[in-house]
Parts: sequence; C-alpha cells; structure tokens
Amino acid sequence: MSDSKNTRRGFLAASATMAAGLGFVAVAPGIRLIEAAAAEGKTASGKVRLGLLIDTNRCAPSCNACVGACATENGIVEDVANPRQRAQWIRKIDLVENKTGRAHSLPMMCQHCANPPCVDVCPTGASFKRVDGIVLVDRHICIGCRYCMMACPYKARSFVHQPLTTQNPEVPRGLGCVEACTFCVQRVDRGLKPACVEACTSGAMTFGDLNDPDSDISKRLREASSTQVRADLKLDTGVRYQGI
Amino acid sequence: MTMKTEFNRTEENLFYVLLGIGGLVTAVGLGAALYMEHMGHVVTGMNNQIVWGLPHVFAIFLIVAASGVLNVASIGSVFGKAPYKPRAALSGLLCIAMLAGGLAVIMLDLGRADRLVVAMTHFNPTSVFGWNVILYPGMFGIVAVYIWTLMEKRMYPYSKPVAVTAFIWRLLLTTGTGSIFGFLVARQAYQSAILAPMFIIMSFAWGLAVFMLVQKAMFAWNDMELHPAIRSRMKNLLGVFVAAVFYFVAVYHLTNIYFAKEVAFERFILVDGGIYPTLFWGGWLFLGTILPLAILYLPGISAMRGSVMAASLLVILGAFCQLYVFIIGGEAFPLEIFPGMTASSSFFDGQIDTYAPSLPEFLLGVSGIGIAFTMTVVGVRVLGFLPQDNIAKLEAAGSLTD
Repeated sequence: MSDSKNTRRGFLAASATMAAGLGFVAVAPGIRLIEAAAAEGKTASGKVRLGLLIDTNRCAPSCNACVGACATENGIVEDVANPRQRAQWIRKIDLVENKTGRAHSLPMMCQHCANPPCVDVCPTGASFKRVDGIVLVDRHICIGCRYCMMACPYKARSFVHQPLTTQNPEVPRGLGCVEACTFCVQRVDRGLKPACVEACTSGAMTFGDLNDPDSDISKRLREASSTQVRADLKLDTGVRYQGI
Repeated sequence: MTMKTEFNRTEENLFYVLLGIGGLVTAVGLGAALYMEHMGHVVTGMNNQIVWGLPHVFAIFLIVAASGVLNVASIGSVFGKAPYKPRAALSGLLCIAMLAGGLAVIMLDLGRADRLVVAMTHFNPTSVFGWNVILYPGMFGIVAVYIWTLMEKRMYPYSKPVAVTAFIWRLLLTTGTGSIFGFLVARQAYQSAILAPMFIIMSFAWGLAVFMLVQKAMFAWNDMELHPAIRSRMKNLLGVFVAAVFYFVAVYHLTNIYFAKEVAFERFILVDGGIYPTLFWGGWLFLGTILPLAILYLPGISAMRGSVMAASLLVILGAFCQLYVFIIGGEAFPLEIFPGMTASSSFFDGQIDTYAPSLPEFLLGVSGIGIAFTMTVVGVRVLGFLPQDNIAKLEAAGSLTD
C-alpha cells in the first residue's frame, strides 16, 4: 500500500516538475523577445508622454498615405470578405458639420489616453499603458473577450476574425486577439517616428513628447488651440487635433 | 405525502431520452464552438462594431436567470417563508446549472478560449469582468455548500448563514453583470448606474419563470399537483417581478429620452431601428410583459390549467427579446465620436451596423441551455431535488397564506 502511495507521489512530483519545465519553456521565448527589443533600442521613460498632433486643415480628404503606411509597417493585410470584420488600426473619417456644412477629413486611431477605458476594463491586464503613454495589447495574455472594444469611445480597436498568414515579425498579431495602433512602438523604440507620421507629406501630423516644452508638438500646441476628441470624457488623450 | 424513491420503467426511459436531448444539444454547440475556434469569428455575424452577439444574449440570460432562480431559496431560507423552503435545493441546483451553461458560452466565445487559465491567473482589479472571475466561481462554491447544508442533516444548523451569504453574493454577482454594461463610458446604450439594480430585478423575474417551468415539469413527471395556495403565491410573485422589470426599463428609457444627447439613440431603439423597436414593443413589452401580466392576474385566465406555464414561457421569450435589443441594438447604434457632425469612413463610422447571427453562434448559445438542462436532468435524477410540500403542516402553521 505504502509502495503504491510512494509510486503515485513520485509520479505526481515528476509530472509537476515536467509541467513547470514546460511552462518555463513556453514563457522563456516571450521574455527573450522583450529583452531583445529593449536591448536594441531605447527603453521607455516615464518622463516622456508621447503624443500626436493632427492638423485637419492640412489633411486632404482624398489622401490615404497614413493608412497605407500603417498597413505596410504593421503587416495589416487581411483577406476577409466582410469589410466589417477587417482590422483597421488607422482610418480616415470624413466629417460634415450638421449646421454649417463645413467638410473636413482626419485620421482616427487609438488616442493613447492617459486614462484609457480599455485598460480599466481588460480582465487580464492585457491592455496596458506603457510609462511613456503608449497604450498597447499584450498578445500573450489577451483572451479575446472584446470588452476593450465595447469600452473604447473611438472605435479604435479591431478583433482579428480570421487566421493570419502574413505578418511583420516585429509586429506579432494573432487570430482571436484584439489590436490597435501602437504608435509604431517598434519604430519609436529605435528613435524613429510612427509610419503614418513619416508618410504624411502635407505636414498634418506632428509626433513627439508632450512633456518636453521644446518639442515641436509642444510648441505647436502652445501656438494654436487644439481639441481632444470626446474631451467631455476627460480621458486626456495623447492624440490632439487642430481644425475641428 | 410520502417521498417517492423508485422510478418505474417509463420514467427510466424518459430520463435517458431527456439526457440524450440535452447531451445532443450540448455536443452540437460544443462542435460549433470548436468550428469557431478553428476558423475564427469570421464565421459569425459579429464584427468590429457589434463585438458581442447572439452567444452573449444566451449567456447573459443564463447567468442573470441563474442568480435570480436562487431567489426561491432565499425567500425560504433567508426570509423564512415556509412554502419556499422545500424548493431551496432545486433552486440551488438550477442556479449552478444555468451558471455553468452561461459561463461555458461566454468562455467558448472568447477569441482565445484556450487561454482560460490566463483569465484565471491574471487579474485586473479595475475590470468588472475581472471581478466576475471571482464572483462566478464563488457562486458555484457557495451554492454547492448551501445545497449540502440542505441535504445533510448534520449540516442543517449552517443552512441559514450559508443562505444569507448566497443571497448577498448573488446580489453582488448580478450587480457585476449589470455593471459590465453600466461602467462603459462611451456607448449611448449603457453608461448608467440603473443597470445594476435593473439586472437584479430582471434576474428575479427570469429566474422565477425558469423555476416555475422546471417545477411544473418535475411535478408532471411525478404525477404530482402543485397546491393551489402555493401556486397562487408563486404566480403573484412572478407578476410583481415582471411589473418591477417594466418599471426599471421605463425609467431607463424615460431618463434617456429626457437627455438631448440620447434622443437619437432612443429614437433608434424605440421608433425607427427596424428589428429593435419590433422586438422591444412586440417582443418584450407585449409578449414578455403585458401578456404574462394579463395571464397571471385576470381572474378568468389565471386559474386556467397551464396559465402559469404559459406566462413563464412568455416572460423568458420577452427576456431574450429584451437582451437582444439591449446588447445588439445598443452596439448597432454608432458611437457618437464627433457630436454635431455627420461622420463617414471605410470603418462604418456614423452608420447603423447590421448583424445577422450565423448558425454556429446560435448553436453555441443554445448549447448553454443544453448544458443547464442536462445538469438539471441528472441532478434531479440522482438526488432528492423534488420539492415535497407538507401541506398539512403548512396549513397548521398558517404559512400557506402569510
């Protein structure tokens, strides 16, 4: 009897060791990826608040350069028949004021809120805000509940509805997870601007540190009035607009 | 009345037929979930605007009704109403069964259903979903202990404190379910503190309706008749709950109509939103509220055989209509990102979204009912969940009409 108990205990102990070992192997690649990324570029700083200013007066309704650049940089190529199920990290919205008929166009994406509702509602903490203000989704722990999509006031998030075949290795995406604009974090960490900003030749987009009074974005925000979309919600967005 | 302990051949066969039906519905639903898991949500009608669809209608009905069905036990054990006490165990079983069915649907609809362990090991304290990860399993545990205190003589003394704990816990649980929507800051349909108490009262009505149906079926199966006095008080209670739901829904919509910023949304839901006004007025208000109230309270009809069962079925039908309007209608109306402007984009900004549920998501939703049904059938077959009314004792104590 005691022998059988010992055998069972031995089996359980061996199983537990194997499970722990497997867990380590499963987690280790993720850790290494993060370490590698950090070693290659800058580490995010809490003294920085990254933001984007969009001047809608300079944004042509027919221009989609920012949308195309985002798709190329982040590998957003989907062959989904239903357009309502396609992921869109950045989109152009055409607006017409109801009273005056004034028309304008602007790019809309994750607003990288200081108080992001998506982060508040995420049950696992997969939606998180980096110290420099970039709001991201940790694809390792997103369970695909879509609660963040319900909470986002900007319709900025997309759910991957279909298996993906082409991906940019730097921008992992996955079926069943939620995703959104990352401010091209992989570029920002190398000291580059987001792809959309670089592609915008009209000068409508200015990217930089909102906390640095000498940055271009801070200077432009001082010079002319700007708007936060749905400012009534007091989310303190990182993306600001001029001209709306 | 003596306790019935033996099943005859017909009952035995009926049990296996019911078990087969429940098992089949569950298996088909699980197959649909596997298909969705493999192909992705591209095979559903859900999209980037209507992100929660028909599975959530089924799941939320089951979870809310699971909380409410325990009301029957609470009335007996917490508030001391004797006629409800023999029903406490069945009420607990139904609670566990429906909670299991609802949770299974929610979990299997996840984009990454395989990450169930992640959901249980990563906890965000600011998320209402996160709270529910504690509230739902907690409910299973408390109700299981509660049933134990009802069925095991040595545990009888602990029945009352466990019942009180279960009562408080289920109020928290349904507050959590209502707050999933109540805490959404941006969607016109939600963002309201009234949703938490509204969900609680909805749970009372839906849970009692489900209980009445199951009780009726079990009594019929055992050639038993519900005593008219007990039937009368339970049907009256159902009526009160249905009327209370009407009150909360009316206040919710009237408040919205008063706010200029919500008028367009209310117009969509109540007047020109296509299927949603139809389901609201015809489904929830007429079929799910007015008709059951008439059946339950009109003297000529309420005494008729099968009237309570018809009213209960209508209340459940109304519940599904209400949830469809609330969840899917609420998402179909576009987010007002730029007030005072008309927006258009390739991402359907400013447009009413369309939603056509696909067969797999419907089957997944129905499987939640299949799971609850199967667990109930097995539960009542193997343990003594059949309510046994001691009418003479109740009459002597004056408890039938108090």
